[in-house]
Amino acid sequence: MAATAGTSPALRHRLAERGIDRSLLLLVPAVAVLVALFLYPMLYGVGLSLQPAEGGGVLANYAAFFQDSYQSGTVWRTMRLALPAALINVGASVPIAYRLRGRFRGRRLLTAILVLPVTLGTVLVADGLLRYLGPKGWFNRVLLDLGLVDEPVRLIYNYWGVLFSLIITGFPFAFLLVLSYMSGIDPTLERAAATLGAGPRQRVRYITLPLLAPGLATTFILAFVLAFSVFPSANLVGEPADETRVMAIAAYQAAFEKYDYSMASTIAVLMGVFELLVIALVLLWRGRLYTGSTGGKGA
Amino acid sequence: MTALDPDPPAAAVPAPAKARRPGIPGRWGRPYAWLVWGAVAFFLVNLGALILSVVVDSFATTWFGTWLPDGYTLDWYADAWREFGLAQVLQVTLVVALAVVGVSLLFGVPAAYTLARRDFAGKRVVMLLLLLPVLLPPITYGIPLATVLYKFQLAGTLFGVIAANLVPALPFVVLVMTPFIEQIDTNIESAARMCGARTRQVFTRVLVPLLVPGILAAGILVLVRTVAMFELTFLVAGPDSQTLIVALYSAAFTPGIRAAQAIDAMAVIYTALSATLLTVALFFVNPTQIVAQVRETPAD
Repeated sequence: MAATAGTSPALRHRLAERGIDRSLLLLVPAVAVLVALFLYPMLYGVGLSLQPAEGGGVLANYAAFFQDSYQSGTVWRTMRLALPAALINVGASVPIAYRLRGRFRGRRLLTAILVLPVTLGTVLVADGLLRYLGPKGWFNRVLLDLGLVDEPVRLIYNYWGVLFSLIITGFPFAFLLVLSYMSGIDPTLERAAATLGAGPRQRVRYITLPLLAPGLATTFILAFVLAFSVFPSANLVGEPADETRVMAIAAYQAAFEKYDYSMASTIAVLMGVFELLVIALVLLWRGRLYTGSTGGKGA
Repeated sequence: MTALDPDPPAAAVPAPAKARRPGIPGRWGRPYAWLVWGAVAFFLVNLGALILSVVVDSFATTWFGTWLPDGYTLDWYADAWREFGLAQVLQVTLVVALAVVGVSLLFGVPAAYTLARRDFAGKRVVMLLLLLPVLLPPITYGIPLATVLYKFQLAGTLFGVIAANLVPALPFVVLVMTPFIEQIDTNIESAARMCGARTRQVFTRVLVPLLVPGILAAGILVLVRTVAMFELTFLVAGPDSQTLIVALYSAAFTPGIRAAQAIDAMAVIYTALSATLLTVALFFVNPTQIVAQVRETPAD
């Protein structure tokens, strides 16, 4: 760590003591890009949201957002989609990943099949949902022919269509993460527990789940982030005027249909705030969990 | 918990892998296992039917209210290619994706190296700056970013699209690369320095060759993510700088203008492209290993 730059030797020395020297220049390009393309626009957006287009006080936009139930309702509508979607994706991943953690023939293939829906893209999923779950689609035909229902079930252009789409696109990510956390748990721990007389149920309850919990929290956060920014599917398979008018749609409409960038920034900022609030709660809960080493990485 | 630390190398050796059954569980595991596999099968069957219905429709002449379409044709693909100007769209997609991969690797790898190896005042601030774009929904910073880009008249240009896509890609490269860098023995670098290598030489002669697997992994994953990134590209793209997914969404969201089958054909093309990319990625990278190693990074 040769520190050769700097103006006066004393200053250079003091900086070097705090770990600041010339090799930190390697960080500069990345940080500069993020400051220019992320930090500056974010601050600009916050500033813009505090300068309402129609005048009023500094917080007029925020007040308007919460007073207009058509706008403030989007918070609840987004949560109503994102929270269940993230919970289902993480919850369904756990038992499947548990089955898949060891080594056996076909594991890689099955993993690949479960991960491949990542590539489908929201539009193909939306398109497929419209066809497959539509009133004339195969799903309703099977149900009708089996006599399970008398008339086609309405599963698209409403809440359910969007939820399905979020599950199809979000599950592979959650599954991949949970599987890798599961593979990171040292299998000898479980065997040790078995030696001490723990049954399978106890091993899951007292060994696997506690070790997995921090990873589950992280996965939940990432799954939630993914579901929270739901936008294309809410427009395509949802009811974007009412039931699935999520915050992203409200922000987009403000920016590109009403050209009210100030209000759009307000909604974008609020989106970030509400999302980070949920993340903070999860992290708070996660902080109380055991986060030490889980032993080997025997995948 | 630290007492376990010297252990991992032993556990990482795939010694007991021979005949270990997947679930180990005894009697109670069976019905439960069947339940899990049944649910997986149900999910996969429905998903398969969903994909199949799009694929079938993209080959159908007409298909209304019957089990299968009346006839089959390839016309919709030719149609999609011509009408959507797919050649140009694919070219834009490729240029954007490759540029984002190149720049994010060029800037991200050195940054990951510094963050993995060094401790300095303000490191937490830099880490936060790198984590926030991963944690915030793209629309949240996408809308202010689009506003800024419009202000500087960069929105709608290829440059604007590349710049916007760099925001999530760069932190992603850093997160993926960190564990790979941590695996390299610091003694190797010290030895190189002792032999008189300067930082640049340490990088080009020692670190980069050792990091090739990680760089490849990060590059391919960024490529897949950039091709799939809808929100940011949608917000900043103009008519000439649309990537495939944005062109696809615009076509699907304005129904009636295009034939439904042509949109399906385009969706199939998109999926085939990204499935190919992902298969290539899975060929080079074992995804579970990357994430398992990344695990240690966000845990402070």
